[in-house]
Amino acid sequence: MRLHIDPKIEQRFFRALLWLLTGVTVFILFFIIFYVLKRGLPAVSLQFLTKNPVEMGKAGGIFSTIIGTVALTLLAVLIAAPLGVGSAIYLTEYTRENWITRVIRFGSECLAGIPSIIFGLFGFILFVTKLGLGWSLLSGGLTLAFMILPTIIRTSEEAILSVPYSYREVSFSLGGTKWQTVTRVVLPSALPGIATGVILGVGRSIGETAAVIFTAGSSLHIPNSLFSSSRTMSVHFYILAREGISMSNAYGTAAVLIIAILAINVVAYTLMNRFMRKYC
Amino acid sequence: MDKTVIRAKDFSHFFGAVPALKNINMEIFQNEIFGIIGPAGSGKSTFLRALNRLNDLIPSSRTEGTLEIRGQDVYAPGISVVELRRRLGMVFATPVPLPRSIFENIAFGARLAGEKSQGRLAELVADCLKKTALWEEVMDRLETSALKLSGGQQQRLCLARILALKPEFIMLDEPTSGLDPISTMKIEETLRKFRAEYTIILVTNNTKQAARVADRTAFFLNGELIEVDRTDKIFSAPSDSRTNDYISGKFG
Amino acid sequence: MTRLERNERLIRLALLLVAFSAVSILVVITIFIFGEGTPVMFKYGLKKFLLSLDWFPLEKSYGLLPMIIGSLFVTAGALVIGVPLGLACAIVLTEFSSKGLRRILKPVIELLAGIPSVVYGFIGVVILVPFIRDNLGGPGLSVLAASVILGIMILPTIISISIDSLEAVPRSYREGSIALGATRWQTTRMVMFPAAKSGIIASIILGMGRAIGETMAVIMIAGNAATIPRSLLDPVRTLTSNIALEMGYAAGEHREALFATGVILFIIIMVLNTIANLTSKRRAP
Repeated sequence: MRLHIDPKIEQRFFRALLWLLTGVTVFILFFIIFYVLKRGLPAVSLQFLTKNPVEMGKAGGIFSTIIGTVALTLLAVLIAAPLGVGSAIYLTEYTRENWITRVIRFGSECLAGIPSIIFGLFGFILFVTKLGLGWSLLSGGLTLAFMILPTIIRTSEEAILSVPYSYREVSFSLGGTKWQTVTRVVLPSALPGIATGVILGVGRSIGETAAVIFTAGSSLHIPNSLFSSSRTMSVHFYILAREGISMSNAYGTAAVLIIAILAINVVAYTLMNRFMRKYC
Repeated sequence: MDKTVIRAKDFSHFFGAVPALKNINMEIFQNEIFGIIGPAGSGKSTFLRALNRLNDLIPSSRTEGTLEIRGQDVYAPGISVVELRRRLGMVFATPVPLPRSIFENIAFGARLAGEKSQGRLAELVADCLKKTALWEEVMDRLETSALKLSGGQQQRLCLARILALKPEFIMLDEPTSGLDPISTMKIEETLRKFRAEYTIILVTNNTKQAARVADRTAFFLNGELIEVDRTDKIFSAPSDSRTNDYISGKFG
Repeated sequence: MTRLERNERLIRLALLLVAFSAVSILVVITIFIFGEGTPVMFKYGLKKFLLSLDWFPLEKSYGLLPMIIGSLFVTAGALVIGVPLGLACAIVLTEFSSKGLRRILKPVIELLAGIPSVVYGFIGVVILVPFIRDNLGGPGLSVLAASVILGIMILPTIISISIDSLEAVPRSYREGSIALGATRWQTTRMVMFPAAKSGIIASIILGMGRAIGETMAVIMIAGNAATIPRSLLDPVRTLTSNIALEMGYAAGEHREALFATGVILFIIIMVLNTIANLTSKRRAP
């Protein structure tokens, strides 16, 4: 004999259960943000943002770490984005789909999933030690660039492939060359997807700790060249928290990090929306 | 005197080992509307794409024989494919407006060719839209997205788009197959008006459309040219029995 | 030939160089990691490497078993927490709530994916670890703590990709089911969910990959004892923490052993990705 439950009662039960679980999830996720912001925002002031750390971070601000974060992220994106988007363009528009492109795609996907600590290890051995670059913005930037490159290639490829073939045909039939077709039709349509990949890369670079500690070091001085060591906000936060140097400054750093990431995502979203409205 | 502008001499077109066009011998005259009819897969679209070398995009594509436009072999080495495609405007079966404004759609081809002056572009856009009878309908919303137009309007937009390049030939590949009767009629009217200025090649799977609009009509079957003649003769007394069978609907 | 057409060949060459550089980088990374890591593995034998319990690098004993088990436990725990919560959220947001709510919540959830892992780890240390220690016993730094925090960390991944998969199911499926008299829950359970299955599985596998690869948060809350944990409350060390903890001072063969750990992780990720690819390709016709 099969137990027959009235579907309406079954629905009411599961609906309640699902909403409960969802509520728990949303609560947890929001709680984390609010907890950090609540404890961290009091520590954040103009002073905090513009003064350098004093006494290993016990006092003062986080200015040099902000510079370090920006410099490292910028370097990583400047290296990885052109390389990644260019490769994606070549692989999708200038070659036929064959086993080589499939292997490259699979390889990119795997590398996109490799834990960042392995990149840290790789960067440490290759850049810091073997190439003699030492703990520096260059070592860190290159490592981060290598880390986000696979993601950028992958998302760019997907974005480019999702542009309808008919658009390209129209461009060709109107006398467009391949490069004109790529730059005037394919890339504008693929831009939201490509931008997502780049922004993911930016977000990952900003929050990255494991790969950065072992390649860019943790110097508290403002970096004055590509070869200076530098500390990012994430690393600073980690050190402050782990060593128990200053809880309030730790929270403050975390708050700044979260707000920065929030701001970047919001800006990215609005830019993309405006872009899509213009082109669609 | 009918002047030949397009001449196919023993022209064959292969995709790998598969022949899509076999030994086509055909002439198209200046300022006529040349219709091409035939069942699906007979090579009609392939012929159009061979003319503007759009088939080059397919890696396995290969040709034999010659295809000449005003005496010049289209497949000769060193030919500028870009200039060729500007001379042969093509309208596809499904209207494909680009995801941009109406203005930018029409200006697209001109910009590809290097036109930068906003003033000249504005003139060009207005001119093309007037020619395709779209101007009245869209003149106050040129900056809005072309995707918001109706199907018939979109197809007229595609027609206006190629006019911006001042082509000599207009090629249409089943242009009204997805459109309602009124839009179809509007496009056919436009084509009749265009005959004076352009040479028009119209591929259609609607034999009645060919009967209405084309001066001469060619019948393709399985990649071969079966028969080509004045439209009224093709439809009243075709020389080949296969033509007769197709037109009377025995197969299709 | 126009000038533009002549330039095409140069452009093509330039792009080829770019693609070649990018691909070489990917190849170099792979070769490097395997190159540094595999000699050690074969020197001591794969069996000893993977199955020995003793990780005493200073005495040349490189047994990774406790860390392998550690990674497995912690990842499994993360899935136990992350998958039910994540899927519930995804289902509610696509099938049982308004489009407006989804449009607001989805970006916010994706935003949470960007929070640095060290912040999650920190929250774990400050709130979760004392809670476990005071209420459940043990040092607090435990498998449980790591599982909970990792589970929370993979929620955004699972939620957002599952939402995408569910949204991609053709509306006609849902409409057809409702037209036959099914309730919304029945429709979800019997029609929408199975149709989105491949995407949902892919999201879970991606979450799994993220959990396995997490380093900093785990270091902060898992205790890092290189022994096999016997209960949820015991401390544990994962493969990734192993590398991070010892990299600072490892030299010579010890360092190569850490690379070998990296090789194992690489292979695990490769296997996961292959599975993810295969499941997502097997779409219903």
